[in-house]
Amino acid sequence: MEHGAWINGSLVYLAAAVLAVPIARFLRLGSIIGYLGAGILIGPWGLKLVTRPEEILQIAEFGVVLMLFLVGLELEPQRLWALRKPLFGWGSFQLFGSALLLALGALAIGIDWRLAVVAGLGLAMSSTAIGLGVLGERNLMATTSGETILSVSLLQDIATIPILALVPFLALSAGAEGGDGGGWLGAAKAIGTIAVIILGGRLLLRPALRWIANSNTPEIFTAASLLLVVATASLMNLVGLSMALGAFLAGVLLAESEYRRELETDIEPFKGLFLGLFFIAVGMSIDFAVVLAQPLLLTAAVVGFLVVKAALLWGMARLVPIPKLERPVFVILLAQGSEFGFVVFQLAAAAGVVAVPVSSFLIAAVAISMLLTPLLLVAADRWWIPLLSGSKRATQGLELNQPQNNPVVIAGFGRYGQIVGRMLFANGITPTVLDHDAEAIEALRKFGWRVYYGDATRLDLMRTAGADKARVIVLAIDDIEQSVDCARMLRENFPDATIVARARNVQHYYELYELGVTMIERETLDSALMSARSTLELLGWQPHQARNLALRFRRHNVAQLAALAPHRKDEARLIAAAKQGRQQLEELFAIERQQATERQARTGWSDVPSEAAPKP
Amino acid sequence: MASPEPTAADDASATVAPADILVIVAHPELEHSRANRRLLDAARALQAESEPGRLAVRDLYALYPDYLIDVGVEQAALAAARLVVWQQPIHWYGMPPLLKLWLDDVLAFGWAYGPGGTALRGKDLWLVASTGGPEDSYRPDSYNRYFFDAFMPPYEQTAALCGMRFLPPLLLHGAHKANEYDLASHARTYAQRLADYPAWPELELVEDCVACEVPPNARPADRVKEAA
Repeated sequence: MEHGAWINGSLVYLAAAVLAVPIARFLRLGSIIGYLGAGILIGPWGLKLVTRPEEILQIAEFGVVLMLFLVGLELEPQRLWALRKPLFGWGSFQLFGSALLLALGALAIGIDWRLAVVAGLGLAMSSTAIGLGVLGERNLMATTSGETILSVSLLQDIATIPILALVPFLALSAGAEGGDGGGWLGAAKAIGTIAVIILGGRLLLRPALRWIANSNTPEIFTAASLLLVVATASLMNLVGLSMALGAFLAGVLLAESEYRRELETDIEPFKGLFLGLFFIAVGMSIDFAVVLAQPLLLTAAVVGFLVVKAALLWGMARLVPIPKLERPVFVILLAQGSEFGFVVFQLAAAAGVVAVPVSSFLIAAVAISMLLTPLLLVAADRWWIPLLSGSKRATQGLELNQPQNNPVVIAGFGRYGQIVGRMLFANGITPTVLDHDAEAIEALRKFGWRVYYGDATRLDLMRTAGADKARVIVLAIDDIEQSVDCARMLRENFPDATIVARARNVQHYYELYELGVTMIERETLDSALMSARSTLELLGWQPHQARNLALRFRRHNVAQLAALAPHRKDEARLIAAAKQGRQQLEELFAIERQQATERQARTGWSDVPSEAAPKP
Repeated sequence: MASPEPTAADDASATVAPADILVIVAHPELEHSRANRRLLDAARALQAESEPGRLAVRDLYALYPDYLIDVGVEQAALAAARLVVWQQPIHWYGMPPLLKLWLDDVLAFGWAYGPGGTALRGKDLWLVASTGGPEDSYRPDSYNRYFFDAFMPPYEQTAALCGMRFLPPLLLHGAHKANEYDLASHARTYAQRLADYPAWPELELVEDCVACEVPPNARPADRVKEAA
């Protein structure tokens, strides 16, 4: 009955998730709590529908692997290189600082040093799955706190290798000697594997993906995307490296490829499902026998390690420095324990460093801290962050909480939104301005701009911002996905509001266009046309003629864009139509040059230096 | 791209519908206008209640804020019309710059005049203009030094060169100081005349225009200035 077991398992997991997550979201607790709750419910201590959570946890860890692949996709190699300082600097500071403090604390209350070291290292880790998941959910990846959390998580992933090697060594058994001999070979293998992934990624991946994409079978491209992640992960696993790290590397290598968006859309649903399964498994692995046996001690342990880590993180947040309003999220996300702690404690128990009940106790502590994290975030949103924003500037809180009714709402106040906003201000219009980058907002506020902190894709926030009363909503968000989400939300909830949107590129333009947004400007078109004008002028065209040509090029280009909208998904037709359009414009310009020359010849002025037809 | 507000010239092509009467409005600062805005409103109101194909209003400064005129669309609108109205303020004794550019671009050699340029032949042209200065400032002993008629020949000859009849203009002098009553009655007159066309009593007195033939080897008139 192998089949039956598989199908029953799926039934249980899917049903639990489908029931618990919407309920949790309805209670505004976030989906992670929903999954954890579902796990507790169906686990050995709930309805006993699933009894061996460890097995599921192993499968579900694939969710973390997929997530790091997606994180890698968002991170071009140059940006990763720029992260090296926070990665090794702040990452090591957090991990080893926390481990040291925790171990010292454990020693101080008289715990055996080996246990203190294992507990310190295991508890110092922070859950990548929850951390990056929350960052993604709140669109904080590009902020200072987001980058610091990512750096710390990556360093923790790298550190898993030596830490796992260290645990058996602590058991003081002969196994450590043998492990040492293989160490050099292991290191060489590890470096070799990373080199293979980087080289292979650079040289082979793109041609391979192109070949697969040309087969025009969508499910094969999806399969290839998954295969890519699985292959990298298993290669890393083979040489004892972190699978997630391998997937991350593969992601970074593909961050610049033309298939980035496709890979993202293909992997995204798998990531979501596997991560959900992962959180369910975490919920299931909370051993309530341990919890019930020593409730006070367990509470003390959880609170103790959270407080120690939080104190260190708070200091770190001030040193980095992380903008004040991002600090609560930063501290909470990194203070929690990590799924990796499970592995460390299980290994330590297997190696005999710690007793099995102690290991279960520590695992329970970690799982509870992970369960607490989303709750703490909700609490921070309601009480801590308002307190922070109120404490320093009582009169002008960064969070938007008073309903606004300005005629214009500007969502996104980066390079683009600022120009729109400045021109409006200069003409006596005060728009309501939203941005989600607390750091930028603090800087802008120094210059006297009233910019509010908030995620413009949130319906309640837009309502407070006055989207229902505003005559125009300027959508100047730089992130394409966020921009499209925001446009969709606005079209659904405020169909009467006129949206004036910024498009990063043609695909973005079409996505907005299909949502019914009519006033869309591509962000580079007009500045590029100004450069084209300058170039023509330098080549001898009259400035006014260059202007006319640029304007007519623009009109043609915009009209063509609208004409091509129906074919936007059909690449071959799109290219053909675009070529045809370009040819039409060239022919049009050529005919006009010809006519101008004829007119001058006809009137006997052809020997005069020409204004209308400069030599190209 | 169905935006009701005229923001980009790209939209112009989508909004043109052939009509008997084509009202071309050109006012560079409609937001400060007293007379022309009322006239525009009156024309639009009439357009709304007329049957389709009777009247079209084209506000040039709204259609072409970047001064990039869509020649094809404008020529199509002209070709369909029997009466072309130029509704404008008199600025510096002539037409606002965008209307002049419209002439330069749209009334092309070989289309509106010159060899084969018969597209406008037989149509009527009606100037509806306002001046800021009062009528008695257009006198030899006042600051405008000439009777207003002295500024009409460029208009009349433009019509003549294209073979159009130049109808007696409808003028409002002293628009800066005109009172509400005068402005309202002027707008009513304008709308009434548009509604009545071609049943105007004085049309019988207007002579048919004799087309001015431009010899094929002549320098196009609009290019003399440019090359000079």
